[in-house]
Amino acid sequence: MAELEVEIVAADRFIWSGAATMVKARTSDGEIGILPGHSPLLAILAEGELAIQPASGDRIAVVVDGGFFSVDNNRVVIVADNAQLGDAATAGIR
Amino acid sequence: MGAQIRVYRQKISSTTSMRKIFKAMELIATSRIGKARARVAASLPYANAITRAVSAVASQSEIDHPLTTEPEQIRRAAVLVITSDRGLAGSYSASVLKQAEGLNELLHAEGKEVKTYLVGRKGQAYYEFRNREYARVWTGGTDAPEFATAREVGEALLTDFATAYEEGGVDEIHVVYTRFKSMVTQEPTVIRLLPLEVVEEQAASESDLLPLYEFEPETEQVLDALLPRYIESRIFAAMLQAAASELAARQRAMKSAGDNATDLIKKYTRLRNTARQAEITQELSEIVAGADALAS
Repeated sequence: MAELEVEIVAADRFIWSGAATMVKARTSDGEIGILPGHSPLLAILAEGELAIQPASGDRIAVVVDGGFFSVDNNRVVIVADNAQLGDAATAGIR
Repeated sequence: MGAQIRVYRQKISSTTSMRKIFKAMELIATSRIGKARARVAASLPYANAITRAVSAVASQSEIDHPLTTEPEQIRRAAVLVITSDRGLAGSYSASVLKQAEGLNELLHAEGKEVKTYLVGRKGQAYYEFRNREYARVWTGGTDAPEFATAREVGEALLTDFATAYEEGGVDEIHVVYTRFKSMVTQEPTVIRLLPLEVVEEQAASESDLLPLYEFEPETEQVLDALLPRYIESRIFAAMLQAAASELAARQRAMKSAGDNATDLIKKYTRLRNTARQAEITQELSEIVAGADALAS
C-alpha cells in the first residue's frame, strides 16, 4: 500500500518528517482524515491536535495553533505557526 | 620630555583597553553568527512550503483578493527599514539607511507619500536626529529576531494596507534589509512586499506542475489565511537575514578595529621608546657638559 510522505514545519524550525499511513487533522470546518491517494487539497488548520499514524511505531500527536496543510501526490506538508510534539511522540523525533 | 612619555603611555593603555573590547565583540559576533545562519536555514522549509502554497492558490484560481490586486493609483507607500540596535558594526546600518533614502527619493519622484516603519534603535536614532517622522518603531533583539516580532510588524503593516488612503492607509509596502550573501558580502536590498507579484513560473517538468487543489473551506478563506502568513514569513526571513548580516558586519568591523589598535599600540610603543631614549641622551649630555664645565 502506498504511504504518505509527511512533513511538519513551524515558522522557525523543522518539526518532523517521515512516512505515515494516516493523518488526521482539524480544519475550520471539522476533522478530516487523509489516507494515501487523497486528492490534492489545501486547507486551513484550526487550533488543536493533529494525529499521525506513522508507517511503523506509535501514533504521533502534534499540537498546533493554526496554520494550513497541503496534500498532493501522497505528500502532506503541514505548515503550523507554532507546533509542539505531544508526549507520545518523543520516540518519533529524528 | 617627561610629559611626552606620559602622553604616549596614556595612549598605549587606552588603546590596549579598547582593543580588548574589539576582540571580545569580534569573538561574540563570531560565536553568534553560526547560530544566526542556522536560524536562516531553519526558517527555509516554512518559507518554501508557504510560497508553494501561495503560488498554487494564485496560479489556478481567478483570484480577486485585495492583497494581490494592484490598486489603480498608488498614493502612499510604506517602507519598512530593518537596521540594528547596536553600532560597532561598520557601515551596516548606514548602508541600509542609504538604500532606504534612495528608495524614498524614488517614491517621492513618482509622486507617492512615504510612511516609514523602523526596526532597530540605529534607524530610530537616525530619524529622530533629523527630526523626521516615522510611523512606528520596533527595537530590541535585532541580532536574534523572534517570530513574534515579525508577526507584530506584519500585522501592523497589513492593518495599514487594509486602511483606506484617506484614513492614513498605504497602497504598497516595501522592505529594505540587508541580504546575507556570504560571510564577506552582505547586500542592502529592497523588496516590494505588497501588492503581491505572483510570479507564474514555467514548470520545468511534469512533477513540478502544481496539482489542482481543492480548497477547504473556501478559496477565499484559504487565501485570507495564507497571505498574512506569507507576509509574516517574508518579514521574518528578512529579519533573520538582517541579523546574520549584522553579525557578519560586526565581526568584520571589529576585526579590522582590533588590527588597527594593534598597529597603533606598536607605533606608540616605538614613539615612547624613542622619547625615553632621547630623554636619557639629553640627561647624559647635560651631565657630561656639567662635569666638563667643572673640570675646566
